[in-house]
Amino acid sequence: MLEVKNISYNVTENGLTKTILSNISFVCPDNQNLVITGHNGSGKSTLLKIIMGILQPTSGQIFYDGKDITNLSITQRAQLGIAYAFQQPVTFKGMTVRRMLEIASGNNDFNYFCSLLSKLGLCARDYVEREMNDKLSGGERKRIEIATVLARDAKCNLFDEPEAGIDIWSFDALVEIFKNNKKTNIIVSHQSKLIEQADKILVLSNGQVDKFGTKEEIFPTLNHSQTCEKLRRENG
Amino acid sequence: MDKISLELLKQIADIEKIPQGAYNFRIDGKKAEQHSTSEIQIVSKKDKQGIDIYVAPNTKGKSVHIPVMLTKGGLKDMVYNDFHIGENCDIVIVAGCGIYNCSNATSEHQGIHTFYIGKNSHVKYVEKHLGIGENNSKREFFPITKVYMQQSSTMEMETTQIGGVSNTNRKSFAKLYDNAKLIIKEKIMTDNDDVSKSSFEVQLVGKKSSVDVLSRSVAKGKSKQTFTSNIIGKSECFGHVECDGIILDNGIIVSTPKINAQNIDSTLVHEAAIGKIAQDQITKLETLGLNKEDAEKIIIESFML
Ligand SMILES: Nc1ncnc2c1ncn2[C@@H]1O[C@H](COP(=O)(O)OP(=O)(O)OP(=O)(O)O)[C@@H](O)[C@H]1O
Ligand SMILES: [Mg+2]
Repeated sequence: MLEVKNISYNVTENGLTKTILSNISFVCPDNQNLVITGHNGSGKSTLLKIIMGILQPTSGQIFYDGKDITNLSITQRAQLGIAYAFQQPVTFKGMTVRRMLEIASGNNDFNYFCSLLSKLGLCARDYVEREMNDKLSGGERKRIEIATVLARDAKCNLFDEPEAGIDIWSFDALVEIFKNNKKTNIIVSHQSKLIEQADKILVLSNGQVDKFGTKEEIFPTLNHSQTCEKLRRENG
Repeated sequence: MDKISLELLKQIADIEKIPQGAYNFRIDGKKAEQHSTSEIQIVSKKDKQGIDIYVAPNTKGKSVHIPVMLTKGGLKDMVYNDFHIGENCDIVIVAGCGIYNCSNATSEHQGIHTFYIGKNSHVKYVEKHLGIGENNSKREFFPITKVYMQQSSTMEMETTQIGGVSNTNRKSFAKLYDNAKLIIKEKIMTDNDDVSKSSFEVQLVGKKSSVDVLSRSVAKGKSKQTFTSNIIGKSECFGHVECDGIILDNGIIVSTPKINAQNIDSTLVHEAAIGKIAQDQITKLETLGLNKEDAEKIIIESFML
Protein backbone atom coordinates (compact mmCIF):
# COMPACT_ATOMS: atom_id res chain seq x y z
CA MET A 1 0.00 0.00 0.00
CA LEU A 2 1.20 3.47 -0.81
CA GLU A 3 0.08 6.39 1.28
CA VAL A 4 0.70 10.04 0.49
CA LYS A 5 0.09 12.27 3.51
CA ASN A 6 -0.19 16.06 3.48
CA ILE A 7 2.43 16.50 0.79
CA SER A 8 3.29 20.09 -0.11
CA TYR A 9 5.97 21.31 -2.46
CA ASN A 10 7.19 24.88 -2.82
CA VAL A 11 9.85 26.37 -5.05
CA THR A 12 11.55 29.69 -4.63
CA GLU A 13 12.05 31.75 -7.76
CA ASN A 14 13.61 35.22 -7.66
CA GLY A 15 12.92 35.42 -3.94
CA LEU A 16 9.25 34.54 -4.42
CA THR A 17 7.85 31.31 -3.02
CA LYS A 18 5.55 29.46 -5.37
CA THR A 19 3.38 26.58 -4.21
CA ILE A 20 3.37 23.70 -6.71
CA LEU A 21 1.56 21.16 -4.53
CA SER A 22 -0.40 21.78 -1.36
CA ASN A 23 -1.61 19.24 1.15
CA ILE A 24 -1.99 16.26 -1.12
CA SER A 25 -3.23 13.12 0.64
CA PHE A 26 -4.46 9.82 -0.77
CA VAL A 27 -4.04 6.08 -0.37
CA CYS A 28 -3.45 3.53 -3.10
CA PRO A 29 -4.09 -0.08 -1.98
CA ASP A 30 -2.01 -2.96 -3.38
CA ASN A 31 -2.70 -4.27 -6.88
CA GLN A 32 -4.93 -1.39 -7.86
CA ASN A 33 -4.64 1.09 -10.71
CA LEU A 34 -4.71 4.70 -9.58
CA VAL A 35 -4.91 7.22 -12.41
CA ILE A 36 -3.87 10.80 -11.74
CA THR A 37 -5.23 13.33 -14.20
CA GLY A 38 -5.61 17.08 -14.41
CA HIS A 39 -4.63 20.09 -16.48
CA ASN A 40 -1.15 20.70 -17.81
CA GLY A 41 0.85 22.24 -15.02
CA SER A 42 -1.45 21.00 -12.25
CA GLY A 43 1.44 19.19 -10.53
CA LYS A 44 1.08 15.54 -11.62
CA SER A 45 4.70 14.96 -12.60
CA THR A 46 5.92 16.76 -9.49
CA LEU A 47 3.82 14.44 -7.33
CA LEU A 48 5.16 11.32 -9.04
CA LYS A 49 8.75 12.55 -8.65
CA ILE A 50 8.15 13.12 -4.95
CA ILE A 51 6.85 9.56 -4.56
CA MET A 52 9.98 8.21 -6.32
CA GLY A 53 12.31 10.44 -4.27
CA ILE A 54 13.54 12.48 -7.24
CA LEU A 55 12.19 15.60 -5.52
CA GLN A 56 11.99 16.18 -1.76
CA PRO A 57 8.64 17.54 -0.50
CA THR A 58 8.61 20.76 1.51
CA SER A 59 6.38 19.03 4.03
CA GLY A 60 4.37 15.84 4.37
CA GLN A 61 5.16 12.15 4.32
CA ILE A 62 5.11 9.11 2.04
CA PHE A 63 4.46 5.64 3.46
CA TYR A 64 5.07 2.44 1.55
CA ASP A 65 3.82 -0.81 3.10
CA GLY A 66 3.51 1.06 6.37
CA LYS A 67 7.09 2.30 6.32
CA ASP A 68 7.90 6.02 6.22
CA ILE A 69 10.03 6.38 3.07
CA THR A 70 10.05 10.19 2.95
CA ASN A 71 13.76 10.40 3.69
CA LEU A 72 14.88 7.41 1.62
CA SER A 73 16.96 7.90 -1.53
CA ILE A 74 15.75 7.01 -5.02
CA THR A 75 17.94 3.89 -4.93
CA GLN A 76 16.49 2.73 -1.62
CA ARG A 77 12.92 3.23 -2.84
CA ALA A 78 13.74 1.33 -6.04
CA GLN A 79 15.13 -1.52 -3.98
CA LEU A 80 11.93 -1.61 -1.92
CA GLY A 81 10.03 -2.31 -5.15
CA ILE A 82 9.00 1.04 -6.57
CA ALA A 83 9.59 1.62 -10.28
CA TYR A 84 9.25 4.83 -12.27
CA ALA A 85 8.74 5.55 -15.98
CA PHE A 86 9.88 9.03 -17.02
CA GLN A 87 7.54 11.40 -18.85
CA GLN A 88 10.53 12.27 -21.05
CA PRO A 89 12.70 9.16 -21.41
CA VAL A 90 16.39 9.77 -20.76
CA THR A 91 18.82 9.18 -23.63
CA PHE A 92 22.28 7.67 -23.25
CA LYS A 93 25.16 7.59 -25.72
CA GLY A 94 26.58 4.10 -26.09
CA MET A 95 24.06 2.36 -23.82
CA THR A 96 22.20 -0.39 -25.67
CA VAL A 97 18.60 -1.37 -25.01
CA ARG A 98 19.91 -4.81 -24.04
CA ARG A 99 22.23 -3.36 -21.38
CA MET A 100 19.43 -1.26 -19.93
CA LEU A 101 17.08 -4.24 -19.76
CA GLU A 102 19.85 -6.28 -18.12
CA ILE A 103 20.31 -3.63 -15.45
CA ALA A 104 16.56 -3.30 -14.92
CA SER A 105 15.81 -7.02 -14.73
CA GLY A 106 19.03 -8.30 -13.17
CA ASN A 107 19.26 -11.05 -15.79
CA ASN A 108 20.30 -11.38 -19.41
CA ASP A 109 17.56 -13.61 -20.72
CA PHE A 110 16.93 -12.64 -24.33
CA ASN A 111 13.58 -14.44 -24.37
CA TYR A 112 12.42 -12.39 -21.41
CA PHE A 113 13.45 -9.15 -23.13
CA CYS A 114 11.68 -10.37 -26.22
CA SER A 115 8.42 -10.96 -24.35
CA LEU A 116 8.63 -7.53 -22.68
CA LEU A 117 9.33 -5.62 -25.89
CA SER A 118 6.74 -7.51 -27.90
CA LYS A 119 4.08 -6.55 -25.32
CA LEU A 120 4.75 -3.01 -26.52
CA GLY A 121 4.82 -3.92 -30.18
CA LEU A 122 8.60 -3.89 -30.56
CA CYS A 123 10.57 -6.77 -32.03
CA ALA A 124 13.50 -7.50 -29.70
CA ARG A 125 15.80 -8.57 -32.53
CA ASP A 126 15.47 -5.13 -34.12
CA TYR A 127 16.01 -3.21 -30.90
CA VAL A 128 18.21 -4.89 -28.27
CA GLU A 129 21.46 -3.78 -29.90
CA ARG A 130 20.21 -0.25 -30.62
CA GLU A 131 21.68 2.57 -28.62
CA MET A 132 19.34 4.46 -26.29
CA ASN A 133 20.31 7.70 -28.02
CA ASP A 134 18.23 10.34 -29.74
CA LYS A 135 18.27 8.43 -33.02
CA LEU A 136 15.38 6.40 -31.63
CA SER A 137 12.01 7.97 -32.46
CA GLY A 138 9.99 9.55 -29.67
CA GLY A 139 7.48 6.69 -29.58
CA GLU A 140 10.22 4.05 -29.68
CA ARG A 141 11.97 5.72 -26.75
CA LYS A 142 8.74 5.90 -24.79
CA ARG A 143 7.95 2.24 -25.35
CA ILE A 144 11.48 1.16 -24.41
CA GLU A 145 11.20 3.29 -21.26
CA ILE A 146 8.04 1.42 -20.30
CA ALA A 147 9.78 -1.90 -21.07
CA THR A 148 12.65 -1.03 -18.71
CA VAL A 149 10.08 -0.45 -15.95
CA LEU A 150 8.16 -3.67 -16.66
CA ALA A 151 11.51 -5.51 -16.72
CA ARG A 152 11.94 -4.75 -13.03
CA ASP A 153 8.75 -6.67 -12.21
CA ALA A 154 8.35 -4.27 -9.28
CA LYS A 155 5.38 -4.28 -6.91
CA CYS A 156 4.55 -0.61 -7.36
CA ASN A 157 4.93 1.14 -10.72
CA LEU A 158 4.73 4.86 -11.40
CA PHE A 159 4.07 5.87 -15.02
CA ASP A 160 4.14 9.47 -16.19
CA GLU A 161 1.94 9.78 -19.29
CA PRO A 162 2.87 6.36 -20.73
CA GLU A 163 0.58 6.99 -23.71
CA ALA A 164 2.37 10.13 -24.90
CA GLY A 165 3.64 9.84 -28.44
CA ILE A 166 2.88 6.17 -29.00
CA ASP A 167 0.80 4.89 -31.91
CA ILE A 168 -2.75 3.54 -31.59
CA TRP A 169 -1.65 -0.11 -31.86
CA SER A 170 0.91 0.22 -29.09
CA PHE A 171 -1.62 2.21 -27.11
CA ASP A 172 -4.10 -0.67 -27.18
CA ALA A 173 -1.31 -2.98 -25.99
CA LEU A 174 -0.57 -0.56 -23.16
CA VAL A 175 -4.22 -0.59 -22.07
CA GLU A 176 -4.03 -4.40 -21.96
CA ILE A 177 -0.92 -4.22 -19.77
CA PHE A 178 -2.69 -2.10 -17.17
CA LYS A 179 -5.81 -4.25 -17.41
CA ASN A 180 -3.91 -7.47 -16.78
CA ASN A 181 -0.86 -6.90 -14.63
CA LYS A 182 -1.48 -7.62 -11.00
CA LYS A 183 0.58 -4.74 -9.65
CA THR A 184 0.06 -1.42 -8.02
CA ASN A 185 0.13 1.09 -10.86
CA ILE A 186 0.01 4.83 -10.39
CA ILE A 187 -0.50 6.29 -13.83
CA VAL A 188 -0.51 9.93 -14.83
CA SER A 189 -2.69 10.13 -17.93
CA HIS A 190 -4.90 12.33 -20.05
CA GLN A 191 -6.36 9.44 -22.05
CA SER A 192 -9.90 8.32 -21.25
CA LYS A 193 -9.19 4.76 -22.39
CA LEU A 194 -6.40 4.52 -19.84
CA ILE A 195 -8.42 6.32 -17.18
CA GLU A 196 -11.08 3.63 -17.69
CA GLN A 197 -8.58 1.07 -16.40
CA ALA A 198 -8.48 2.85 -13.06
CA ASP A 199 -9.77 1.50 -9.80
CA LYS A 200 -9.37 4.97 -8.32
CA ILE A 201 -9.01 8.38 -9.93
CA LEU A 202 -7.28 11.44 -8.50
CA VAL A 203 -7.90 14.78 -10.19
CA LEU A 204 -5.35 17.49 -9.49
CA SER A 205 -6.08 21.14 -10.03
CA ASN A 206 -3.60 23.93 -9.33
CA GLY A 207 -1.57 21.67 -7.06
CA GLN A 208 -4.52 20.55 -4.99
CA VAL A 209 -6.71 17.47 -4.88
CA ASP A 210 -9.80 18.45 -6.82
CA LYS A 211 -11.44 15.01 -6.73
CA PHE A 212 -10.47 11.61 -5.41
CA GLY A 213 -12.63 8.49 -5.53
CA THR A 214 -13.47 5.31 -7.36
CA LYS A 215 -13.64 5.25 -11.13
CA GLU A 216 -17.42 4.91 -10.92
CA GLU A 217 -17.64 8.10 -8.87
CA ILE A 218 -15.15 10.26 -10.70
CA PHE A 219 -15.07 9.14 -14.33
CA PRO A 220 -18.55 10.45 -15.26
CA THR A 221 -17.66 13.87 -13.88
CA LEU A 222 -14.64 14.20 -16.16
CA ASN A 223 -16.61 14.64 -19.37
CA HIS A 224 -17.17 18.31 -18.73
CA SER A 225 -13.73 19.73 -18.44
CA GLN A 226 -13.37 22.80 -16.29
CA THR A 227 -12.25 24.80 -19.28
CA CYS A 228 -15.48 24.03 -21.11
CA GLU A 229 -17.54 24.90 -18.07
CA LYS A 230 -15.67 28.14 -17.68
CA LEU A 231 -16.27 29.04 -21.32
CA ARG A 232 -19.93 28.14 -20.99
CA ARG A 233 -20.26 30.38 -17.94
CA GLU A 234 -18.48 33.23 -19.63
CA ASN A 235 -20.58 32.88 -22.78
CA GLY A 236 -23.81 32.44 -20.89
CA MET B 1 56.02 -15.58 -24.52
CA ASP B 2 56.01 -14.81 -20.80
CA LYS B 3 52.98 -14.18 -18.62
CA ILE B 4 53.14 -10.39 -18.89
CA SER B 5 53.27 -10.48 -22.69
CA LEU B 6 50.37 -12.91 -22.81
CA GLU B 7 48.26 -10.73 -20.51
CA LEU B 8 49.03 -7.62 -22.58
CA LEU B 9 48.25 -9.54 -25.76
CA LYS B 10 44.91 -10.62 -24.38
CA GLN B 11 43.93 -7.08 -23.45
CA ILE B 12 45.09 -5.29 -26.58
CA ALA B 13 44.26 -7.87 -29.25
CA ASP B 14 41.62 -10.08 -27.62
CA ILE B 15 43.68 -13.19 -28.38
CA GLU B 16 45.16 -15.78 -26.07
CA LYS B 17 47.31 -17.67 -28.52
CA ILE B 18 48.97 -17.35 -31.91
CA PRO B 19 46.25 -16.12 -34.27
CA GLN B 20 45.19 -17.41 -37.67
CA GLY B 21 46.53 -15.71 -40.76
CA ALA B 22 49.53 -13.42 -40.98
CA TYR B 23 51.10 -11.90 -37.88
CA ASN B 24 54.09 -10.09 -36.48
CA PHE B 25 54.64 -9.94 -32.73
CA ARG B 26 57.07 -7.43 -31.38
CA ILE B 27 58.22 -7.73 -27.77
CA ASP B 28 60.54 -5.32 -25.96
CA GLY B 29 61.83 -3.64 -29.11
CA LYS B 30 62.52 -6.83 -31.08
CA LYS B 31 60.71 -9.05 -33.53
CA ALA B 32 59.40 -12.06 -31.61
CA GLU B 33 57.24 -14.02 -34.05
CA GLN B 34 56.51 -13.46 -37.71
CA HIS B 35 54.35 -15.36 -40.14
CA SER B 36 53.37 -14.63 -43.73
CA THR B 37 50.72 -16.33 -45.81
CA SER B 38 50.49 -16.75 -49.57
CA GLU B 39 48.33 -13.63 -49.76
CA ILE B 40 49.85 -11.51 -47.01
CA GLN B 41 53.61 -11.06 -46.97
CA ILE B 42 55.30 -9.51 -43.96
CA VAL B 43 58.87 -8.36 -44.58
CA SER B 44 61.12 -6.78 -41.94
CA LYS B 45 62.64 -3.48 -43.00
CA LYS B 46 66.37 -3.45 -43.71
CA ASP B 47 67.17 0.18 -42.97
CA LYS B 48 65.09 0.75 -39.83
CA GLN B 49 62.86 -0.95 -37.30
CA GLY B 50 59.52 -2.07 -38.65
CA ILE B 51 57.84 -4.09 -41.34
CA ASP B 52 56.31 -3.85 -44.77
CA ILE B 53 53.03 -5.67 -45.14
CA TYR B 54 51.99 -6.58 -48.67
CA VAL B 55 48.41 -7.69 -49.17
CA ALA B 56 47.86 -9.23 -52.61
CA PRO B 57 44.96 -7.92 -54.73
CA ASN B 58 41.60 -9.70 -54.19
CA THR B 59 42.52 -10.97 -50.72
CA LYS B 60 39.21 -11.34 -48.92
CA GLY B 61 38.20 -12.27 -45.37
CA LYS B 62 41.78 -12.41 -44.05
CA SER B 63 43.40 -10.84 -41.01
CA VAL B 64 46.78 -9.48 -39.94
CA HIS B 65 47.79 -9.21 -36.27
CA ILE B 66 50.69 -6.94 -35.39
CA PRO B 67 50.70 -6.46 -31.61
CA VAL B 68 53.53 -4.76 -29.76
CA MET B 69 54.31 -5.50 -26.11
CA LEU B 70 56.74 -3.66 -23.87
CA THR B 71 57.22 -5.48 -20.59
CA LYS B 72 60.00 -3.49 -18.92
CA GLY B 73 60.78 0.05 -17.85
CA GLY B 74 63.16 2.35 -19.66
CA LEU B 75 62.41 1.08 -23.17
CA LYS B 76 62.08 3.41 -26.15
CA ASP B 77 60.67 1.59 -29.12
CA MET B 78 60.13 3.16 -32.51
CA VAL B 79 58.78 1.28 -35.51
CA TYR B 80 57.82 2.05 -39.08
CA ASN B 81 55.04 -0.16 -40.39
CA ASP B 82 53.89 0.27 -43.98
CA PHE B 83 50.76 -1.43 -45.27
CA HIS B 84 50.52 -1.94 -49.03
CA ILE B 85 47.01 -3.15 -49.71
CA GLY B 86 46.14 -4.22 -53.23
CA GLU B 87 42.87 -3.69 -55.07
CA ASN B 88 39.58 -5.41 -54.17
CA CYS B 89 40.69 -6.61 -50.76
CA ASP B 90 38.65 -7.03 -47.63
CA ILE B 91 40.87 -7.42 -44.59
CA VAL B 92 41.09 -6.82 -40.87
CA ILE B 93 44.24 -5.47 -39.26
CA VAL B 94 44.57 -5.80 -35.50
CA ALA B 95 47.32 -3.64 -34.10
CA GLY B 96 47.80 -2.28 -30.62
CA CYS B 97 50.40 -1.88 -27.98
CA GLY B 98 50.53 -2.73 -24.32
CA ILE B 99 53.14 -1.33 -21.98
CA TYR B 100 53.76 -2.94 -18.62
CA ASN B 101 56.05 -0.77 -16.55
CA CYS B 102 56.43 -0.77 -12.80
CA SER B 103 59.91 0.71 -12.75
CA ASN B 104 60.77 4.33 -12.24
CA ALA B 105 61.94 4.80 -15.81
CA THR B 106 59.65 5.83 -18.66
CA SER B 107 58.70 3.36 -21.38
CA GLU B 108 57.69 4.73 -24.71
CA HIS B 109 56.35 3.38 -27.98
CA GLN B 110 56.19 5.27 -31.22
CA GLY B 111 54.48 3.58 -34.13
CA ILE B 112 54.57 5.27 -37.52
CA HIS B 113 51.97 3.55 -39.64
CA THR B 114 51.36 4.30 -43.29
CA PHE B 115 48.51 2.75 -45.24
CA TYR B 116 48.32 2.61 -49.01
CA ILE B 117 44.86 1.28 -49.75
CA GLY B 118 44.10 0.10 -53.26
CA LYS B 119 40.92 0.67 -55.29
CA ASN B 120 37.71 -0.90 -53.98
CA SER B 121 39.41 -2.33 -50.94
CA HIS B 122 37.89 -2.44 -47.50
CA VAL B 123 40.14 -2.29 -44.45
CA LYS B 124 39.13 -2.54 -40.85
CA TYR B 125 41.90 -1.38 -38.53
CA VAL B 126 41.58 -1.96 -34.80
CA GLU B 127 44.15 -0.57 -32.40
CA LYS B 128 44.16 -0.61 -28.62
CA HIS B 129 46.67 1.11 -26.40
CA LEU B 130 47.01 0.14 -22.78
CA GLY B 131 49.38 0.92 -19.95
CA ILE B 132 49.75 -1.10 -16.78
CA GLY B 133 51.99 -0.05 -13.95
CA GLU B 134 52.45 1.36 -10.51
CA ASN B 135 54.94 3.65 -8.79
CA ASN B 136 55.90 6.72 -10.66
CA SER B 137 56.51 4.85 -13.86
CA LYS B 138 55.41 6.48 -17.06
CA ARG B 139 53.96 4.82 -20.14
CA GLU B 140 53.93 6.94 -23.28
CA PHE B 141 52.63 6.56 -26.82
CA PHE B 142 53.38 8.74 -29.83
CA PRO B 143 51.64 7.18 -32.82
CA ILE B 144 51.59 8.72 -36.26
CA THR B 145 49.13 7.33 -38.77
CA LYS B 146 48.98 8.23 -42.45
CA VAL B 147 46.33 6.88 -44.77
CA TYR B 148 46.16 7.17 -48.56
CA MET B 149 42.91 5.89 -49.95
CA GLN B 150 42.44 5.12 -53.64
CA GLN B 151 39.11 5.26 -55.52
CA SER B 152 36.13 3.62 -53.81
CA SER B 153 38.16 2.22 -50.96
CA THR B 154 36.82 2.24 -47.41
CA MET B 155 38.56 2.16 -44.09
CA GLU B 156 37.13 1.77 -40.61
CA MET B 157 39.63 2.78 -38.01
CA GLU B 158 38.89 2.06 -34.36
CA THR B 159 41.47 3.33 -31.94
CA THR B 160 41.07 2.94 -28.21
CA GLN B 161 43.25 4.03 -25.35
CA ILE B 162 41.89 1.96 -22.51
CA GLY B 163 43.77 3.47 -19.60
CA GLY B 164 47.07 3.66 -17.75
CA VAL B 165 48.74 5.76 -20.44
CA SER B 166 50.56 8.71 -18.86
CA ASN B 167 51.27 10.64 -22.00
CA THR B 168 50.08 10.31 -25.55
CA ASN B 169 50.37 12.44 -28.62
CA ARG B 170 48.59 10.94 -31.54
CA LYS B 171 48.71 12.41 -35.02
CA SER B 172 46.60 11.15 -37.87
CA PHE B 173 46.54 12.21 -41.48
CA ALA B 174 44.40 10.96 -44.35
CA LYS B 175 44.01 11.74 -48.03
CA LEU B 176 40.95 10.44 -49.83
CA TYR B 177 40.45 10.10 -53.57
CA ASP B 178 37.16 9.64 -55.49
CA ASN B 179 34.42 7.79 -53.57
CA ALA B 180 36.78 6.84 -50.76
CA LYS B 181 35.16 6.56 -47.36
CA LEU B 182 36.90 6.80 -44.01
CA ILE B 183 35.25 6.11 -40.66
CA ILE B 184 37.25 6.89 -37.54
CA LYS B 185 36.17 5.99 -34.02
CA GLU B 186 38.54 7.15 -31.33
CA LYS B 187 38.04 6.48 -27.64
CA ILE B 188 40.35 7.82 -24.99
CA MET B 189 40.14 7.42 -21.23
CA THR B 190 42.53 9.33 -19.00
CA ASP B 191 42.94 9.59 -15.24
CA ASN B 192 45.36 10.99 -12.60
CA ASP B 193 47.92 13.25 -14.28
CA ASP B 194 47.61 11.69 -17.74
CA VAL B 195 47.94 13.97 -20.74
CA SER B 196 46.52 13.06 -24.13
CA LYS B 197 46.65 14.93 -27.39
CA SER B 198 45.04 13.80 -30.58
CA SER B 199 44.92 15.58 -33.88
CA PHE B 200 43.41 14.68 -37.21
CA GLU B 201 43.88 16.14 -40.64
CA VAL B 202 41.72 14.71 -43.37
CA GLN B 203 41.97 15.92 -46.95
CA LEU B 204 38.92 15.14 -49.03
CA VAL B 205 40.47 15.44 -52.44
CA GLY B 206 38.30 13.13 -54.52
CA LYS B 207 34.72 13.52 -55.71
CA LYS B 208 32.15 11.98 -53.35
CA SER B 209 34.79 11.17 -50.79
CA SER B 210 33.60 11.17 -47.17
CA VAL B 211 34.90 11.02 -43.66
CA ASP B 212 33.11 10.44 -40.37
CA VAL B 213 35.08 11.04 -37.18
CA LEU B 214 33.56 10.04 -33.86
CA SER B 215 35.61 10.89 -30.80
CA ARG B 216 34.62 9.84 -27.27
CA SER B 217 36.66 11.08 -24.34
CA VAL B 218 36.50 10.53 -20.61
CA ALA B 219 38.85 12.63 -18.48
CA LYS B 220 39.04 11.82 -14.76
CA GLY B 221 41.32 12.94 -11.96
CA LYS B 222 43.54 15.80 -13.04
CA SER B 223 44.00 14.49 -16.55
CA LYS B 224 43.84 16.63 -19.65
CA GLN B 225 42.82 15.77 -23.18
CA THR B 226 43.14 17.86 -26.29
CA PHE B 227 41.34 17.02 -29.49
CA THR B 228 42.02 18.87 -32.72
CA SER B 229 40.51 18.09 -36.07
CA ASN B 230 40.96 19.68 -39.41
CA ILE B 231 38.76 18.49 -42.27
CA ILE B 232 39.56 19.99 -45.63
CA GLY B 233 37.03 19.69 -48.43
CA LYS B 234 38.59 20.10 -51.85
CA SER B 235 35.80 18.68 -54.01
CA GLU B 236 32.22 17.48 -53.80
CA CYS B 237 32.59 15.67 -50.48
CA PHE B 238 31.10 15.09 -47.06
CA GLY B 239 32.81 15.39 -43.70
CA HIS B 240 31.38 14.93 -40.25
CA VAL B 241 33.13 15.22 -36.89
CA GLU B 242 31.45 14.42 -33.61
CA CYS B 243 33.35 14.98 -30.40
CA ASP B 244 31.72 13.89 -27.13
CA GLY B 245 33.45 14.25 -23.82
CA ILE B 246 32.66 13.45 -20.22
CA ILE B 247 34.67 15.18 -17.52
CA LEU B 248 34.85 14.00 -13.92
CA ASP B 249 36.72 15.30 -10.87
CA ASN B 250 39.13 17.94 -12.20
CA GLY B 251 39.50 16.51 -15.68
CA ILE B 252 39.90 18.86 -18.64
CA ILE B 253 38.92 18.35 -22.26
CA VAL B 254 39.70 20.87 -24.97
CA SER B 255 38.16 20.35 -28.39
CA THR B 256 39.23 22.45 -31.36
CA PRO B 257 37.35 21.73 -34.54
CA LYS B 258 38.32 23.17 -37.83
CA ILE B 259 36.40 22.61 -41.01
CA ASN B 260 37.77 24.06 -44.16
CA ALA B 261 35.53 23.96 -47.22
CA GLN B 262 37.41 24.87 -50.38
CA ASN B 263 34.81 23.71 -52.85
CA ILE B 264 31.23 24.89 -53.30
CA ASP B 265 30.00 21.28 -53.10
CA SER B 266 31.79 20.44 -49.86
CA THR B 267 29.53 19.73 -46.90
CA LEU B 268 31.38 19.72 -43.61
CA VAL B 269 29.72 19.36 -40.21
CA HIS B 270 31.08 19.49 -36.71
CA GLU B 271 29.35 18.68 -33.43
CA ALA B 272 30.90 18.81 -30.00
CA ALA B 273 29.54 18.34 -26.50
CA ILE B 274 31.58 18.21 -23.32
CA GLY B 275 30.24 18.09 -19.79
CA LYS B 276 29.80 16.06 -16.68
CA ILE B 277 27.54 13.05 -16.62
CA ALA B 278 23.96 14.22 -17.08
CA GLN B 279 22.03 14.13 -13.79
CA ASP B 280 18.94 12.61 -15.41
CA GLN B 281 21.04 9.64 -16.62
CA ILE B 282 22.16 8.99 -13.04
CA THR B 283 18.58 9.40 -11.82
CA LYS B 284 17.29 6.90 -14.38
CA LEU B 285 19.77 4.26 -13.22
CA GLU B 286 19.00 5.02 -9.58
CA THR B 287 15.32 4.33 -10.27
CA LEU B 288 16.50 0.91 -11.46
CA GLY B 289 18.05 0.31 -8.04
CA LEU B 290 21.70 1.27 -8.65
CA ASN B 291 23.59 3.60 -6.34
CA LYS B 292 25.21 6.75 -7.70
CA GLU B 293 28.74 5.30 -7.99
CA ASP B 294 27.60 2.20 -9.91
CA ALA B 295 25.38 4.34 -12.10
CA GLU B 296 28.32 6.57 -13.06
CA LYS B 297 30.51 3.55 -13.73
CA ILE B 298 27.96 1.99 -16.07
CA ILE B 299 27.30 5.28 -17.89
CA ILE B 300 31.03 5.68 -18.60
CA GLU B 301 31.50 2.04 -19.57
CA SER B 302 28.68 2.26 -22.12
CA PHE B 303 29.87 5.63 -23.40
CA MET B 304 33.30 4.15 -24.15
CA LEU B 305 31.95 0.98 -25.75
N1 LIG C 1 11.54 24.04 -10.27
C1 LIG C 1 10.44 24.70 -10.62
N2 LIG C 1 10.42 26.05 -10.64
C2 LIG C 1 9.32 26.73 -10.99
N3 LIG C 1 8.18 26.15 -11.36
C3 LIG C 1 8.12 24.81 -11.39
C4 LIG C 1 9.25 24.02 -11.02
N4 LIG C 1 8.91 22.72 -11.14
C5 LIG C 1 7.62 22.71 -11.57
N5 LIG C 1 7.16 23.94 -11.72
C6 LIG C 1 5.79 24.32 -12.12
O1 LIG C 1 4.91 23.53 -11.38
C7 LIG C 1 3.76 23.22 -12.13
C8 LIG C 1 3.51 21.72 -12.11
O2 LIG C 1 4.45 21.09 -12.95
P1 LIG C 1 4.32 19.56 -13.34
O3 LIG C 1 5.39 19.22 -14.26
O4 LIG C 1 4.18 18.77 -12.10
O5 LIG C 1 2.91 19.58 -14.10
P2 LIG C 1 2.11 18.41 -14.81
O6 LIG C 1 0.78 18.34 -14.15
O7 LIG C 1 2.89 17.18 -14.85
O8 LIG C 1 1.90 19.00 -16.27
P3 LIG C 1 1.84 18.27 -17.73
O9 LIG C 1 0.47 17.73 -17.87
O10 LIG C 1 2.10 19.37 -18.68
O11 LIG C 1 2.91 17.23 -17.75
C9 LIG C 1 3.99 23.82 -13.50
O12 LIG C 1 3.32 25.05 -13.56
C10 LIG C 1 5.47 24.03 -13.55
O13 LIG C 1 5.79 25.11 -14.39
MG1 LIG D 1 3.83 16.11 -16.38
